[in-house]
Amino acid sequence: MATTLKINGQAHQVDLPGDVPLLWVLRDEVGLTGTKFGCGVAACGACTVHIDGEAVRSCQVALSDVWGDVTTIEGLGTPDAMATIQQAWVDHQVAQCGYCQSGQIMQAAALLAENPAPSDADIDDAMQGNLCRCGTYPRIRAAIHDAAAKLKEV
Amino acid sequence: MASIGKILRRTFLIGSAAIVGGVAFGAYYVSRPAANPLKPGKGETALSPFVLIDQQGVTLFAPRAEMGQGVMTTWATLIAEELDVELDQIRVLHGPAAAAYYNSALVGEGLPNKGYDISDFQHNLGEALGVLGRTLSLQVTGGSTSMKDGFERMRMAGATARETLKQAAADRLGVDRHQLQTENGAVVAPDGTRIPYTELAEAAGQIEPPEAKLRDPSEWRLLGQPQPRVDIPGKSTGTATFGIDVRPEGLKFASVRMNPRLGGQMNGFDASTAEAMPGVEKIVDLGTGVAVIASNTWLAIQAVEAIDVDWGEAPYPPDTDGLFNQIAKAFDDAPNSTMRDDGDVDVLPEGATEITAEYSAPYLAHATMEPMNATALFTGTKLDLWCGNQAPTLIQMRVANVANLDTEAVEIHTPYLGGGFGRRGELDFSEIATKVAMALPGTPVQTTWSREEDMRHDFFRPGAMARMRGAVKDGKAVLIDGKVASQSPTQQAVERYTGFPGGGPDKVLVEGFFNQPYAVPNYRMSGHIADLTVPVGFWRSVGNSHNGFFHETFMDELAHAAGRDPLDFRLELTSSEHAPSAGCLQAVKEMSGWTGKTPAGVGRGVALTYSFGTPVAQVIEVVDEDGTIRISKAWIACDVGLALDPATVEAQMIGGMIYGLSAAAQGEITFADGEVEQYNFPDYDALRMHNTPVTEVRVLETNKHLGGVGEPGTPPSMPALGNALFDLTGERARALPLNKQFDLLV
Repeated sequence: MATTLKINGQAHQVDLPGDVPLLWVLRDEVGLTGTKFGCGVAACGACTVHIDGEAVRSCQVALSDVWGDVTTIEGLGTPDAMATIQQAWVDHQVAQCGYCQSGQIMQAAALLAENPAPSDADIDDAMQGNLCRCGTYPRIRAAIHDAAAKLKEV
Repeated sequence: MASIGKILRRTFLIGSAAIVGGVAFGAYYVSRPAANPLKPGKGETALSPFVLIDQQGVTLFAPRAEMGQGVMTTWATLIAEELDVELDQIRVLHGPAAAAYYNSALVGEGLPNKGYDISDFQHNLGEALGVLGRTLSLQVTGGSTSMKDGFERMRMAGATARETLKQAAADRLGVDRHQLQTENGAVVAPDGTRIPYTELAEAAGQIEPPEAKLRDPSEWRLLGQPQPRVDIPGKSTGTATFGIDVRPEGLKFASVRMNPRLGGQMNGFDASTAEAMPGVEKIVDLGTGVAVIASNTWLAIQAVEAIDVDWGEAPYPPDTDGLFNQIAKAFDDAPNSTMRDDGDVDVLPEGATEITAEYSAPYLAHATMEPMNATALFTGTKLDLWCGNQAPTLIQMRVANVANLDTEAVEIHTPYLGGGFGRRGELDFSEIATKVAMALPGTPVQTTWSREEDMRHDFFRPGAMARMRGAVKDGKAVLIDGKVASQSPTQQAVERYTGFPGGGPDKVLVEGFFNQPYAVPNYRMSGHIADLTVPVGFWRSVGNSHNGFFHETFMDELAHAAGRDPLDFRLELTSSEHAPSAGCLQAVKEMSGWTGKTPAGVGRGVALTYSFGTPVAQVIEVVDEDGTIRISKAWIACDVGLALDPATVEAQMIGGMIYGLSAAAQGEITFADGEVEQYNFPDYDALRMHNTPVTEVRVLETNKHLGGVGEPGTPPSMPALGNALFDLTGERARALPLNKQFDLLV
């Protein structure tokens, strides 16, 4: 059965069983590979995307349950036109292996949309679902504070 | 900084001479040049196996895989420094699998010396033996060796390219090469005429490269300064391609299940349910496991899990206790190695106080963020394989054998690695993906493991035990007699890689144990190999990962028995033995404001480990927050000799420490019924944003040799945490992970 999804502002017709998680629709069907598979059980946050602006684990949202417009890391900004949060990630040289960073950035973007000036404790609460095996947390924290400051200037 | 540059350069020159001196092996193998693997196309000139300059610009084929350690950027910087191009003008690609990329530093590490006391002669001999890497085709990213290996070769490649381009310009302009300068990707004539390298590339290919001289470090523009990482924009926008992201035309998706009783047989399976599931295209019998090829990875995972498999028994004791009993038995056998035996440990010095302690550390998984995967396209006469990997030449040989092809018919493509930590030096994921793709010739198939499959089919950091005996007198350690027992990842890996069992004294098993920079007059350290077949491999810092905990916890116990401050106790023992190590201890003392006293509810611990040529000292602070213990702060000092990119060194030190603290706090792989009991991150978690300490790093540059940075941050973190918990609670931590004994914030 074909389902229509709006992803990064574009409509996509998808012909897959309704129980296929959004993660695997994005990666294997639509070809948006920026969203990563890490655990499949909502324990690592690598697959984080936005649905109507809310950060969700796309490995836990079945295709038939997608309730709104989907934004992935590719829709947040591009190498030539980065979102403020992405630029902060570059400025702070956050990534090491980089595999978890799409999810980290999507989670941080949702945090800043909700809370424009997060404290360290707010960052702890919002980001602790996102695992990074390289241990880039200190730079992630610095980049979030920096992006918050830059967004305030605008 | 200038002085070390001179030492390193002289080492390189003497190293070349030492290769001639090392006739038995060195000269012979050196005289057999590895072929240039880049096969330059028309209009291109390959000036060396690492740099390619054409009409489009300068391309570096980085022979090491980028797994987050910044190797692409720093290797590019080494070239750019000598070639006079800006970093953003170099296109960095990961070079193809090739014998020309052998890792000389990795083999050099195999010499039986302590490392920190290495003489220039031994250092050069190490370099000479390094050419053996070529014969084994060790294009390996591991052992924290990339910079040691690339430092001379990359700069020499850049310098040779520069001088050759200058010669091409000199020929064109009718002037002497020495009258010409280079700047920002162009040769500049005395009259100011600029000729871009891109215009000279073809002519340069016709010239025998002139001898090039390396620049003095005092002239460096880029090295020694933080450089923007070339891979970071892609990794911040979801556009960087990892192994799991490759999408060749017509790609199918597969998943796999191998026997959870590792190394056991598969007696049979029933796939009738799976065959009827949506999206399923093919069931593949792998002999010791099964795979399903489908239209979508998730559908493949669902189907492969629906196969009813009759798994055979594990070829090792089925539970954790049985495994550790077997490890303990190794103590009864003669040691595999005794690489340190100073003084006489059998005689207790008169008036000394003797103490003993026994320690253990569990099996550990690598748990890279990107689960194991590989993509293969087999046509019958050719095989293309895409995967994040740390050993492309070894993979090329193995999959060629699997597909019954010549190695020349196999092309290995290495995208970014979503974490390596040693796991991606193994061959299993490539071999499995090749077998799966061979079931569907002409169609590319990506085989992705579920997280559960990845967690439970690792080449684990082996479980290990130590029995320590020591003595103190007049406030000093006067005797250390240590034995460590574990399986040998090195011997197993040699057999996996070559088909022949590894043998001989295993230095890796005892690294971080026998080679610690302490002046203790009676000092004997032995390694015992446990006879077990649980798959074990190289886990970030390898033997140091358990030995650092054993040695440095015991050092704390000795200090306590001697009634001394644990930091001052170490400082005194290192200052006469290895000044850079003492310097690291002094640095963390200053940084943390160490007084040896902590307020109620706060504990501090210190540890020092010398590994991969780099001493690292760490102080960890823990805080009791209403009964839950938070790892609140950390101070790290390392001496890398020369920090080619200080920001990358800092990132690796913090990352290495967090990797170690994660394991120390809560990492443990256990076995029941022959199977690993941990499935996914909820069972095998790591530090996260809320429980990572606030960390400060100081990078020192007094060490005589260029040290590694990817791994040395890991070993001291575990004992430093345990020692901090002792300071806080008075309870000694002798077994990892620590959450079994303490209520840590997780």
